[in-house]
Amino acid sequence: MKRKINLKNYPSKSGHFDAFGGVYVSETLIHPLRELFSAYKKYATSASFKKTLNSQLKDYVGRPTPIYYAESLSKQLGSSHIYLKREDLNHTGAHKINNALGQALLAKKMGKTRIIAETGAGQHGVATATACARLNLKCVVYMGEEDINRQSVNVYRMKLLGAEVVSVNSGTKTLKDALNEALRDWVTNVDDTHYIIGSVAGPHPYPMIVRDFQSVIGYEARNQFKKEYKCLPDYLVACVGGGSNAIGLFHPFLNDKVKIVGVEAGGSGIKSGKHAAPLSAGSPGVLHGNRTYIMEDENGQIKNTHSISAGLDYPGVGPEHSWLKDLKRVEYTAVTDDEALDAFFTLTQNEGIIPALETAHALAYAFQLAKKLKNKKILLNLSGRGDKDIDTIAKLKNIKL
Amino acid sequence: MTSRIPNIFNKNKSKNKKTFISYLVCGDPSKDITLSAMHTMSKSGVDIIELGIPFTDPIADGPTIQKSIDRSLKNNTSLRDVISVVKEFRKDNNDTAVVLMGYMNPVHKMGIDKFAKQINDTGVDGVLIVDSPPEESVMLNKYLTKYKKSHIYLASPTTTDQRMKNISKMSSGYVYYVTIKGITGSQLSNVSSIRKNVNKIKKYSNNNLPVAVGFGIKDSSSAQKMAAFSDGIIIGSSIVELIHKYSNNEKKMNSKLSTYISSISNVI
Ligand SMILES: Cc1ncc(COP(=O)(O)O)c(C=O)c1O
Repeated sequence: MKRKINLKNYPSKSGHFDAFGGVYVSETLIHPLRELFSAYKKYATSASFKKTLNSQLKDYVGRPTPIYYAESLSKQLGSSHIYLKREDLNHTGAHKINNALGQALLAKKMGKTRIIAETGAGQHGVATATACARLNLKCVVYMGEEDINRQSVNVYRMKLLGAEVVSVNSGTKTLKDALNEALRDWVTNVDDTHYIIGSVAGPHPYPMIVRDFQSVIGYEARNQFKKEYKCLPDYLVACVGGGSNAIGLFHPFLNDKVKIVGVEAGGSGIKSGKHAAPLSAGSPGVLHGNRTYIMEDENGQIKNTHSISAGLDYPGVGPEHSWLKDLKRVEYTAVTDDEALDAFFTLTQNEGIIPALETAHALAYAFQLAKKLKNKKILLNLSGRGDKDIDTIAKLKNIKL
Repeated sequence: MTSRIPNIFNKNKSKNKKTFISYLVCGDPSKDITLSAMHTMSKSGVDIIELGIPFTDPIADGPTIQKSIDRSLKNNTSLRDVISVVKEFRKDNNDTAVVLMGYMNPVHKMGIDKFAKQINDTGVDGVLIVDSPPEESVMLNKYLTKYKKSHIYLASPTTTDQRMKNISKMSSGYVYYVTIKGITGSQLSNVSSIRKNVNKIKKYSNNNLPVAVGFGIKDSSSAQKMAAFSDGIIIGSSIVELIHKYSNNEKKMNSKLSTYISSISNVI
């Protein structure tokens, strides 16, 4: 990487990260997206909005989240050091609330009374339902039928919080189709409804807005690390579904001399074809309003994905990641279901932290890295806690809860 | 070959008739039935056929068309197949215009240059890519212009005046005015605001570009209402539904389709 990335230039005014991103939506959504962009520029960058958001992130969400040095585990693995940015300690148990709360506040400013969201693992759905309960907004969450089955605890949490959960049984019945359904709802109810998209995917300005709200992770971490260890980490590692927890950590470090790795869901292995790793094994295409790496067949149809983790089970990825991949600023790799499961147990048993299955993908790679490298500091985004995955784990172990 | 679409609108205009545009999903229930339905429709009064390219994630479509696309994808209908159906159609029909309608990714995968060349070779007249507004279709527009094909864009109730101006400049063939905020198969509403917007678009193009309206037109009465102030009407979901209903009996399907199309053609 010779050229220094000028972060401020991306995305461009038209919503592009060079060849990626953009606004590939039907005409009806163009104006609402522009309105959203204007509202975001007007409110979200204002001092008073920032003050409100920051105070809620502090008192309601529990920020700043700590960085925890996983000392005993690091020692077991070798001479490198693994640090965990504890997004699992956020209210509702994952990084998703950073974005949900920011966007819900924005929606309120825009005078919207109804919120819709899509969710895979249910973490974004829960975060959105939580923000809506707090801000007195009506909330409808779209969720694939298959995900409703494997994340039943989160479904009940959303209902408790007053959200309506709509089961999506079109297509693959997972996150991708929940997103389709949310877009269809939005186009029908644009006047009173704001769509809180859960990752850095979708048409411009969503990848930018979600990134900005999630960047609190990276800014905090950068300051904390410098203060505590008087240096920057050598490596950043995060799992990549749509890519919001990853970009949230990565973005503030992009101009630093730090190696950055995003970890996708390798499912049963890249070679098996049963995975959800578009950056590792896909090609550029157009899905959900932007141009990005996707998983498609030779006719441009979107392929079925597979991952043990509902939150990574998505055939696309945020366009900024596609751009960072092609720029070779960030390296993307994948780990399998089994590797992620091993890492899940390793962290749980050695550090007393039960990670989300999504996060376990990042952990698996970080552990491999720690074994391989000498004396490096690895900062990992512990994007969420694993309570929601207990059912899945128990089932795999043939245990009835 | 140059797009047939401008001539079709001109001819109809001189006869005081409105242009009838129909939509169906290619490959549901099969390519053969699609071909047969296309011929039936053109014989019964359809002027332009919008032939749907199936795509796994049709975000602008309601349940009726989604299901039709799913059935077509079960047959593995590809963009190449869609083009081959047009090629077959052209063996017996040189008058009815065909517009390929769908989503960007299959076209992107084929390559825009290759796509444009293939549709030119097979006698397609125009292209409408639902999720590719003017801003994202500069390349496609360049190629379609080169081959003298119509590039149809959507306008909708949320389109601002400034955009309407731009869309009427960028479009060729016709502008597809979407009557409602919503997806295909929804109910029609607010006729006066539809009329207002249709007139606006016509004004912006100095009456050079026809405006056709679609979404929510189901029967002769809604067709007549919309035809009163537009240059053409588009019917999709109802046709898709009808073809599906009689999909196991081709003869019956064709006769029902013919009756339905005529009932609308006669009143616009
Ligand atoms: C804990 C956790 N991590 C990661 C993800 C993946 O999303 P993203 O890639 O946008 O961070 C999810 C999504 O549900 C999640 O719940």
